[in-house]
Amino acid sequence: MSQVSSGTGRDLRLSGLQKTYPNGFTAVHDLDLVVPQGSFFALLGPSGCGKTTTLRMVAGLETPTAGSITIGDADITHAKPYKRPVNTVFQNYALFPHLSIAENVEFGLKRRKVADSRAQVKAILELTELAEQAAKLPTQLSGGQQQRVALARAIVNRPEVLLLDEPLGALDLKLRRAMQVELKRIQEEVGITFVHVTHDQEEAMSMADTVAVMNQGVIEQMGSPYDLYTNPHTTFVANFLGRSNLIKGTVVGREGAGDDAVVKVDMHGTIATIKASKVHTDSKDGWLGIRPEKVLIQPAGTAIDAPGSSISGGVVTDASYLGVSTDYTVRMPWGQEIICFEQNTGRRGGLIPVGTQVDVSWRPEFAFLLDASQDADAGIVEED
Amino acid sequence: MIATARKRTGYLLILPAAVWLAIFFVVPFYSLLATSLYDPEGSVLTGYDMTWHFANFWTALSEYGGVMLRSFWYGALATLFCLVLGYLLSYAIAFKAGRWKTVMLVLVVAPFFTSFLIRTLSWKLILADNGWVVNTLQAIHILGPEGRLLATPVAVIAGLTYNFLPFMILPLYTSLEKIDPKLNEAAADLYSNPFTRFWKVTWPLSLPGVVGGTLLTFIPATGDYINASLLGSPNERMVGNVIQSLFTTQGDYAVAGALSVSLMVIIITMVLVYVRRAGTEELL
Repeated sequence: MSQVSSGTGRDLRLSGLQKTYPNGFTAVHDLDLVVPQGSFFALLGPSGCGKTTTLRMVAGLETPTAGSITIGDADITHAKPYKRPVNTVFQNYALFPHLSIAENVEFGLKRRKVADSRAQVKAILELTELAEQAAKLPTQLSGGQQQRVALARAIVNRPEVLLLDEPLGALDLKLRRAMQVELKRIQEEVGITFVHVTHDQEEAMSMADTVAVMNQGVIEQMGSPYDLYTNPHTTFVANFLGRSNLIKGTVVGREGAGDDAVVKVDMHGTIATIKASKVHTDSKDGWLGIRPEKVLIQPAGTAIDAPGSSISGGVVTDASYLGVSTDYTVRMPWGQEIICFEQNTGRRGGLIPVGTQVDVSWRPEFAFLLDASQDADAGIVEED
Repeated sequence: MIATARKRTGYLLILPAAVWLAIFFVVPFYSLLATSLYDPEGSVLTGYDMTWHFANFWTALSEYGGVMLRSFWYGALATLFCLVLGYLLSYAIAFKAGRWKTVMLVLVVAPFFTSFLIRTLSWKLILADNGWVVNTLQAIHILGPEGRLLATPVAVIAGLTYNFLPFMILPLYTSLEKIDPKLNEAAADLYSNPFTRFWKVTWPLSLPGVVGGTLLTFIPATGDYINASLLGSPNERMVGNVIQSLFTTQGDYAVAGALSVSLMVIIITMVLVYVRRAGTEELL
């Protein structure tokens, strides 16, 4: 998954990091985090979750209330921002309006009196495809170009850690997707540790080696995009990263051992099995989670392509055709509506009409079980 | 049709100001120019003749060149003091005042609610020979026992600085306030200490305010005659005082006109050079 070279030990390490503002609001709560050197790390969370505060503490623009920040052996917790081997790509770029693109990029090198700054600026402008804009002023550039200038201005300094604060937030969707690919390419080319703050889960997943999902000042879960998506530990992660159907269930037994261990859950009368490694509750009750695209549906009475038992008695209440796929909403016998994304492979030869009685099922290995005390609606976001 | 109608609206909107300026600026300016070329032999009784008498300028500059230089010197010093005081205050209002911003701005403008003359007269009381300022300065031996402030260049320059300070502060504040605080953070992130951040980011971005403020201070301060006449002695006479007395008491219209025109030409030249050097032509 990741091309992390942690051998040299210049990892960014946050230990017990805390930020409480004078008004009593705690933005970041006892945060522990290790970002391996050379990795692309994303801090993902809704606005106000503390991710930007965390980033600003690493940059030195906020002072932590408690805890420490180290890069390798160097403690930078209280170092001045201009004395850290860290550079930032600011949210709205913060380009110097009175300086040309080349002067903007050269700014950091000049302050450190780097000898061949001109040549380095030239090289980085080539890398970011800005060579022709060198003499222009920031206001003469498009949003995407300004974004690249902000990036060039930071990485030209070869920081040990590059911080990106919602760097693509001001761009339109199409440009944002293009810049994601671009950012990833540049990160791989320069090999600097990137810490990327974003609220866009697709952005985080498409670029980062490791994603930390943050909520209300704490990290809910951290891992590769694949692990986070297939095995969320909390309802917040299950809902914030993609979508999930969460169905109330009661644990009725455990079977097997080791990798084959499973938990049996009674879900409104149907027994579902869940791999023990995907069970994240100790209590008797839990939320059984299943991703919409893992849910298979079939008109009642026809065979369904999944092992294990299927649940019958569902009724299609909504079908929205999206070309690539169709989103079905199915009302289950116990009244809950679950969603099901089906690829339009053509196999079905049409849509299932609204009102059709259907059976639903899924492969047991895709289900996960979360703690019933958590809010089933936590982390649900409206698509933007 | 619509395009021409719009064009006409534009002209109509300019019209009142254009008429006003034509009557009260262009015509008087033309007559001032004419006055500066009058035959100096004329008088109120015998009348004046416009004889293209360019020698008036020679008379004006040779007789009053020293006063003119002193005016520029006083104006420049007052502008410098205004810049230092005004920059500190504007910076504080723009970046540090928080919720007191509006109150402080109102206080800056507040003196305008009193007449210019009254304010300058009250400086006469503040700087009076038995006033507390002089007494204090005498007590700490900055001034000798007979030392005084009134009727000295100090009083005139202090008065000019006081009276024109708001004209410095307002443009400075406007351009400082527009600077995105994120730029300061970006500079800090790019290895700049507070001192470098000021010289490389804040100062260059505030230049339009510096140029605007210095012009608004220097031009009226140089031409001012109230401060010199109320706070100074004949030794601190400025060009404004000379022009006033030539026009109103001596009746030497020709030289008064020539001196006025010279002052204007010199100031315009200085402004053009200054603005060009500062790279802020867009202000004009």
